[in-house]
Amino acid sequence: MWLLKLAWKNMWRNRHRTIIAMASIFFAVLLTVVTSSLQKGVFDNMVRNVVSFYSGYLQVQHREYWDERILDNTFQQSDTLEDIIRGNRNVTAVAPRLESFALASSEELTKGCMVVGIRPEQEDQITRLSAKVIAGKYLGDGDRGVLMGEGLAERLRVNVNDTLVLLGQGYQGATAAGKYAIQGVLKFGSPDLNNQFLFLSLQEAQRLYSAEQRLTSYVLGLNDPDRLGEAESSLQASVGTDLTMITWEEMMPEMVQHIETDQGSMLIIQGILYVLVGLGILGTLLMMMIERKYEMGMLVAIGMKKFKLMQLMIVESVATVLTGCGLGLLASFPVVYWLTEHPIRFTGEVGDVYEEFGFEPIFPATLDPGIFINQGLVVLGVGLLLSLYPIVRIAQLDPVEAMKK
Amino acid sequence: MDTVIDAHDISRIFNPETIPVIAVNHVHLHLERGEFTALVGPSGSGKTTLLNLIGGLDRPDSGSILIDGVDITRLSPNQLINFRLRNIGFVFQSFNLIPVLTAKENVELIMQLQHKNKKEVDERVRSLFEQIGLADKMNERPSKLSGGQQQRVAVARALASKPKFVLADEPTANLDSKSASNLLDIMALLNQEENITFIFSTHDARVIERARRVITLVDGQVHSDTARVETSMQH
Repeated sequence: MWLLKLAWKNMWRNRHRTIIAMASIFFAVLLTVVTSSLQKGVFDNMVRNVVSFYSGYLQVQHREYWDERILDNTFQQSDTLEDIIRGNRNVTAVAPRLESFALASSEELTKGCMVVGIRPEQEDQITRLSAKVIAGKYLGDGDRGVLMGEGLAERLRVNVNDTLVLLGQGYQGATAAGKYAIQGVLKFGSPDLNNQFLFLSLQEAQRLYSAEQRLTSYVLGLNDPDRLGEAESSLQASVGTDLTMITWEEMMPEMVQHIETDQGSMLIIQGILYVLVGLGILGTLLMMMIERKYEMGMLVAIGMKKFKLMQLMIVESVATVLTGCGLGLLASFPVVYWLTEHPIRFTGEVGDVYEEFGFEPIFPATLDPGIFINQGLVVLGVGLLLSLYPIVRIAQLDPVEAMKK
Repeated sequence: MDTVIDAHDISRIFNPETIPVIAVNHVHLHLERGEFTALVGPSGSGKTTLLNLIGGLDRPDSGSILIDGVDITRLSPNQLINFRLRNIGFVFQSFNLIPVLTAKENVELIMQLQHKNKKEVDERVRSLFEQIGLADKMNERPSKLSGGQQQRVAVARALASKPKFVLADEPTANLDSKSASNLLDIMALLNQEENITFIFSTHDARVIERARRVITLVDGQVHSDTARVETSMQH
């Protein structure tokens, strides 16, 4: 107890220096927590946007489908399987799909396109497809028409109520051919979706491709994307070995790479910030060791064990670091909370561009406890690391030398 | 007689491989309990080095030092720190006290290092402050005390652990005559009444005058060793 009391009093021996050291830690923590929360918020939002375009967070596929995307690598549609998937607590929505390529022909033109058979209501829960209809109407149960991307419609020079012929290869080599009325036109943010995608009901797609009761995937929406890995492994155990779980990270490696690169840059910036703060603390410790050299020699001379003196110095430096860090964390909480509730919103042309691509024009933060804990641990680590300096100096301390003027 | 310090043929040489400086040269020293001894001599004569050696702050290059029968030259650094804590009191020339602690806390510190219980600490501290005449200044920080008062608190701290002897390195060097006289009075009284052994290194004629034994060092060797009975009672 007396050691803590002495450490506390020593901390305030040079009030200004302690406050400056604490302030540098405070601002470093505040800055890193807020920027990390913003960065994670932006990435989470971006992933949420992108997965809701098409892929979902997770898909159930035949184990060979991802490597060779042909209809022969489909799997049997099953209500039991769908129920098992829905039984996972993290799964919020399940949408079955059958997708394959086909040639789409209008009266004059032909284009290659991706045909996706969907259950309209279930699909809408994941991709909000109905909100993207800009002409005509969304698919309902039993509808035989198709929805197509705006770009594809323009390229084929067709519009709502025109007729489209689809031609392709069906399941097990069968010929796939069908004639469909255009029921609606969709506008996607993604040019790929806009220029290539065409949707029809799952039943119609299965009929077109002679793939009765076959699916290429179940697309899953998740409640807590941070627990993706957990959902993946528990579902994998449930769906058996013929089927496999594919995460959005596997489906979109370029996006993962982008996030990792950006996180790497942020880590470097945070590292530089902590090195600067660390140097500031080290400077404080250097000054303190010089100023208190005589006193430390005297304490060892009168009988204070070096180990005790080391404890004293560790408590002093860690308490300084922890106080600055704690205050920084306390101050960053309301800032991050406010940014979570009131995300920075892009306006004007930048906002328009974001909306054009189907993104919400916001710069949100996330109130992730992990960020607060990690920053606290990093700062504590820095504090403990820097405490090594006084420890080493005390280990080498010779009381006679230390008390020489 | 009750021997407290028995230093046998001790030498201390600095920079033995470059420019050797023989600070203490084959010194024999024998001190009994209750002595009030001054180590005197010109600057560089080896007073402080000898004090450091018998205080276990430094190790001799040769010879042995027995404190109450324990050869401190054979103790490990940690054992030596523990030995100092329990057996030797120190009063240094200046900057003796920890500035962030009150006078009372400075004295308590040594007993806390000895893991004494609170009751014992409180009683001992109160008694010591009464003896040094600063009972009313116990809760003051060192910066609020005069140099003489600070040295008296340092004496109280040195005595708090009930040491076998107290080593005082130039304790009056930074004090005015009145403060020096007060400090010497207190130390002389403690020596007389409680038979506490004091060993000073000093240049100060006032200290030398009050000492009952004066050991003069020249070039690291004992030049003279004179006993002067009853001088400490003169003031």
